[in-house]
Amino acid sequence: MKFASEFRDPALAKGLLSAIAGQVDKIGASMDQPILIMEICGGHTHSIFRYGLDKLIHPAVSFVHGPGCPVCVLPMARVDEAVALAERPEVIFCTFGDALRVPGHRKSLMQARAAGADVRIVYSPLDALELARCAPTREVVFFGLGFETTTPSTALSVQQAAREGLTNFSIFCNHITVPEPIKVLLDDTDMRLDGFIGPGHVSMVIGVHPYDFIARDYAKPIVVAGFEPTDLLQAALMVLTQIAEGRAEVENQYSRVVPEHGNPVSLAAMADVYERRPSFEWRGLGEIDASGLRLRDRYRAFDAEEKFAVGYGAGAKPRVVPEAEGCACGAVMTGRIKPTACPQFGKGCTPDMPLGALMVSSEGACAAYWHYGGARPVPAG
Amino acid sequence: MALRDTHVTLAHGGGGRAMRDLIEEVFTVAFQSPGSEDQARVMDEALREPGAQLAFTTDGFVVTPLEFPGGDIGTLAVCGTVNDLAVGGARPLWLSAAFIIEEGCEIALLRRIVASMVIEANRAGVRIVTGDTKVVGRGAADKMFVTTAGIGVIPPGRHMAADRIRPGDVAIVSGTLGDHGAAILAARGDLALSTDLRSDCAGLGHLIDAVLAVTPSVRAARDLTRGGLASALNEMAGAAGVGIVLSESDLPLRDEVGGMCEILGLDPLYLANEGTLVMFVPPDQTEAVLHAMRSRREGSHACVVGRAVADHPGQVRMTTLFGGSRIVDMLIGEQLPRIC
Repeated sequence: MKFASEFRDPALAKGLLSAIAGQVDKIGASMDQPILIMEICGGHTHSIFRYGLDKLIHPAVSFVHGPGCPVCVLPMARVDEAVALAERPEVIFCTFGDALRVPGHRKSLMQARAAGADVRIVYSPLDALELARCAPTREVVFFGLGFETTTPSTALSVQQAAREGLTNFSIFCNHITVPEPIKVLLDDTDMRLDGFIGPGHVSMVIGVHPYDFIARDYAKPIVVAGFEPTDLLQAALMVLTQIAEGRAEVENQYSRVVPEHGNPVSLAAMADVYERRPSFEWRGLGEIDASGLRLRDRYRAFDAEEKFAVGYGAGAKPRVVPEAEGCACGAVMTGRIKPTACPQFGKGCTPDMPLGALMVSSEGACAAYWHYGGARPVPAG
Repeated sequence: MALRDTHVTLAHGGGGRAMRDLIEEVFTVAFQSPGSEDQARVMDEALREPGAQLAFTTDGFVVTPLEFPGGDIGTLAVCGTVNDLAVGGARPLWLSAAFIIEEGCEIALLRRIVASMVIEANRAGVRIVTGDTKVVGRGAADKMFVTTAGIGVIPPGRHMAADRIRPGDVAIVSGTLGDHGAAILAARGDLALSTDLRSDCAGLGHLIDAVLAVTPSVRAARDLTRGGLASALNEMAGAAGVGIVLSESDLPLRDEVGGMCEILGLDPLYLANEGTLVMFVPPDQTEAVLHAMRSRREGSHACVVGRAVADHPGQVRMTTLFGGSRIVDMLIGEQLPRIC
């Protein structure tokens, strides 16, 4: 396939792997003192396991899986609020497929749908907008989920709804931003990280400069990367080269997609529609200042939290619903432990009967370990 | 012609004259079902052979949209049941067809679907000998559900079953993966993707006959339906107590299907086919089987995708394009498109 297979070329990968080994030798890292590179994005985590990069790369390099899976970082209270919205008889609740199976305190959206809630999978918020036009007697609520990658399309749907004067369309906004949780991880003195691989599709929107603080204030290298296996290997090589040369910079491996300053149309739509919440709760990380987005006052009529008085819109902070007992999603998501170190992994928590979001979402680290066999030993031969 | 209605109404399921007219003018005339009794009375010489076995299967069909590029629910209902018989080594002979129709269904649509069933039945050499019609109120069914059951005969001495697969056997698929699943996704129209994808929906009886004509030592075959190649191989690995190793570089995949999977975050190993099978044969039969398959249109893309091994019994692994190895698990629930 054009524009995909070229980036899956084993010969190219072999060259990158040997260059990586060269830089590791220069740094003098060992398996006892490995170099820890956090790939922030869940899409990267899945590519790493799908292509077995964790086994192919030099054993003194370890990938640490970051908090960049939008479904995984959603706290249980927000899932519960989504279910409560979906259960309102007048509501058609529209969601991306990923979020359907994520367990809430009482039930998942899939279980709510089975019990009679009108929950529909859409591929874009514009599909939800079309539903709202076709069903004027129903309330169409779109589950706004994701980082800066999906945030602009939600903004455009709100602008369009405002232009058309639709009164039965609203957003349950859970959009969040990437840089703030990275700062939290870097401020955590227990965390040792040597460098970062930055999410390419987020930077397609925001550019590379929002990461400047990582290099400037924390002296860590970060390389914005694409999602094919050679993209990731090249990004790892670029991080290692910076470490070997004593540099800490923001570099762009994914220049075929990522412009330095991002996408101005998307950024303008986001600036028009959203403002930052004072703080937003993340699973595993707690409340993080200025890490979540909500609709600005002029678009308040499209804010489902205001319209239906749920969540932050109900005035008070949402009640904090504890995670399922024994669930270590938070520790896995912040890279403190590998999925297999969770006592519930593969026992109390499997994709059939998930305890936590990381086992369900297509970008969750636990799901990656489970599906691609990182969890289960692969005998030689 | 007593049937004047353009749409099916509850009267057509009421047991009276309207129902009789619908059955006679839409179904009986097309299927040319024998006799006028409530049960089909059938006989075939193959049944008289000592050691012959009956094979019997049933399947329910639901699909949205009812008509799609490459087929419709009628094509599926005949091919699906024919294939369930054929992959067990049976020669399909007779089918039943039961229709549950939602009030308001266009009779012209029903006629088109019945016509597709006749065409596929003729191709496969089976007869639709008995059937049933029910009409339910609006909202109680999604336009139309079809259930077919099929009877075939397995000739004496033929034994195709997953538990006969041995380490070293070669896995061959007869066509490109996921064509049906991808065509249906595109035909639903909610992706705004314009493609030329067609369902691979086809009967596989003649393909299997062509293979069996060149080698009697086929171990086992499965048609790839829901859950795709991954699910079929996991079932076979479990039943045979062998491991299966796939090679990613050998998987036959249309560019359009691969591209759609890339966009939506779906894995073509789990996408459905409706006219493609996977077959295990001893390694020395590989070339003969490939040649036999490729001599037929529905097998023109046949190729080797992997082999059975003694290691990791019950588990399917894939050597990736990259030289890594990963588990190919059973599908959990349904595949869900990703966020970004």
